[in-house]
Amino acid sequence: MAENEIAAAEPAAPENPLRALGAAIAAAAGGAVTEVTLARGGAELVLRARRESLPALMLLLRDDPRFAFEQCMDICGVDWPQEAERFEVVYNLLSLSHNHRVRVSVTTDAATPVPSVAAIWPSATWYERETWDMYGVVFEGQPDLRRLLTDYGFEGHPLRKDFPLTGFVELRYDEELKRVAYGPVQLTQEYRNFDYLSPWEGMTTLPGDEKVHLNRLEGPA
Amino acid sequence: MSGQPLLGEAPVETTKRSVEVESHTINFGPQHPAAHGVLRLILEMKGEVVERADPHIGLLHRGTEKLIEHKTYIQALPYFDRLDYVSPMCMEHPFALATERLLGIEAPERAQYIRVLFAELTRILNHLLNITTYALDCGAITPALWGFEQRETLLEFYEQVSGSHYHANYFRPGGVAKDLPPGLEDRIGEWARKFPAFIDDLSGLLTENRIFKQRTVDIGVMTAEQAMEWGFSGPCLRASGCAWDLRKAQPYDVYDRMEFDVPVGTRGDCYDRYLVRMLEMRESLRIIHQCLNQMKPGPVKVLDNKIAPPKRSEMKRSMEALIHHFKLYTEGYHVPAGSTYTVTEAPKGEFGVYLVADGTNKPYRCKIRAPGYAHLQAMEVLSKGHMLADAVAVIGSLDVVFGEIDR
Repeated sequence: MAENEIAAAEPAAPENPLRALGAAIAAAAGGAVTEVTLARGGAELVLRARRESLPALMLLLRDDPRFAFEQCMDICGVDWPQEAERFEVVYNLLSLSHNHRVRVSVTTDAATPVPSVAAIWPSATWYERETWDMYGVVFEGQPDLRRLLTDYGFEGHPLRKDFPLTGFVELRYDEELKRVAYGPVQLTQEYRNFDYLSPWEGMTTLPGDEKVHLNRLEGPA
Repeated sequence: MSGQPLLGEAPVETTKRSVEVESHTINFGPQHPAAHGVLRLILEMKGEVVERADPHIGLLHRGTEKLIEHKTYIQALPYFDRLDYVSPMCMEHPFALATERLLGIEAPERAQYIRVLFAELTRILNHLLNITTYALDCGAITPALWGFEQRETLLEFYEQVSGSHYHANYFRPGGVAKDLPPGLEDRIGEWARKFPAFIDDLSGLLTENRIFKQRTVDIGVMTAEQAMEWGFSGPCLRASGCAWDLRKAQPYDVYDRMEFDVPVGTRGDCYDRYLVRMLEMRESLRIIHQCLNQMKPGPVKVLDNKIAPPKRSEMKRSMEALIHHFKLYTEGYHVPAGSTYTVTEAPKGEFGVYLVADGTNKPYRCKIRAPGYAHLQAMEVLSKGHMLADAVAVIGSLDVVFGEIDR
């Protein structure tokens, strides 16, 4: 299951302790972990997990003395609109006693809830609220799923890729109402999103420019 | 005499009324000087005791993460100065590191020293503001006046390297924007020799101050277990007794060559958080001295002009340099697909950037993990059962800045 991916991602460092850790977690978690990868040249351990078994996996990661991830440092969403389950929820965990980190990710869509981990780490509450606010990911078992960063009465989930950068509404002071009021956004100039990637639409490699693309930065796998 | 009951009349029956003091709700902020910015705190009070505290944040939300997704890597960097505007360069640091790690490059040695040097100057800059305004919240005005004078000196160092007091845009992926101007190392060294006297003065005002101790000792106690499960980091975690410092545990740049101690508290109350910050300033000074001693002349950014812009003088003479410059400031550079969660020990705690690159010239996703966000979340645990005035001390001791919390 996981062995092929590890070997593909990290052929250079045979004695990487993170790989052993990843294998140990995958073995202990049973079927909860679907994929173990080492990101950024073997420096970061990334686990893909099954959504339904997330709380059990997180409990294992926190309570097993071999892993001991006492801290949930960050939870965030990522939007991949072309995927079947477009939202990825990423958990960044930290173990103070072993000094290692792990990144656990699950996928979901706008309708399917992700089990909350607020009962495991209380710090998860605000992160889950923020992910709900920004992406519209529902967390099951989160007692306090209110919006966090956007305004009271805000509609939409602004960090989704299909939400425009300029938004839909803007605030102004209304002289008649004597208070600030929302209105549809009015731009004196259209937002200019230059596509510097291709000089002409659709033509990414110009004749004679092939060398530039061949020499383009090749970073670590 | 009409008020007195006349003789022979039946005495007025007095009924016993019990008045229940209902819990009431106080709206603390968002325009409150002790809220350290735009914190709106809904406090449910029982008399003068805090029952529940519900922070409402987001009043300074500017959509930084969304904006970064629409900017090239070079254009995204200045947004970081505007996160924790009290310690700007420490905010740029993780983004610069994250981009470097995804690009697979490393900044030259001198650039790493300059970054560590300025990260530590920034730490002092931050702690000076926090300690002094925290004291202001607890009723002491003098430290704030003294501290801001010292901050001005540090901000002048900022200005000398970057041209700006706050919005430095100085740490870049691949190094720093430009080398230190001549004489600055001596000026920083001279300042660093004089500064301990100021810390002594500040400490003399506060550390044994009876009023300050009454306001902070045993207020907002966080045990080590609580601090861990609430995602605390930085001075707030160390005050609770965890000797955890990312500069030691997961060193970046040249921190592994630096010799310094990690101050740790024992009780995890507001007073310990103050003490840890005071001691950290002295440790930062040690690091600053070591940086100045060990720094050698050399390049301050990677020599690859596909990532770091060429010199101005070269641009006047070389067509290639001109093209490089033009391409860098329009298209930017392409970062290979990948993701990283890069953390640094910012003055307030673990400041992380979760950066997802998709191979284009713009970040696909940039999540900013601000330390103050996790600290503020624990506000209810910290202030429950305390007086209203203690809630103010707790906010001060957590060192919240809304630029980074609301993003």
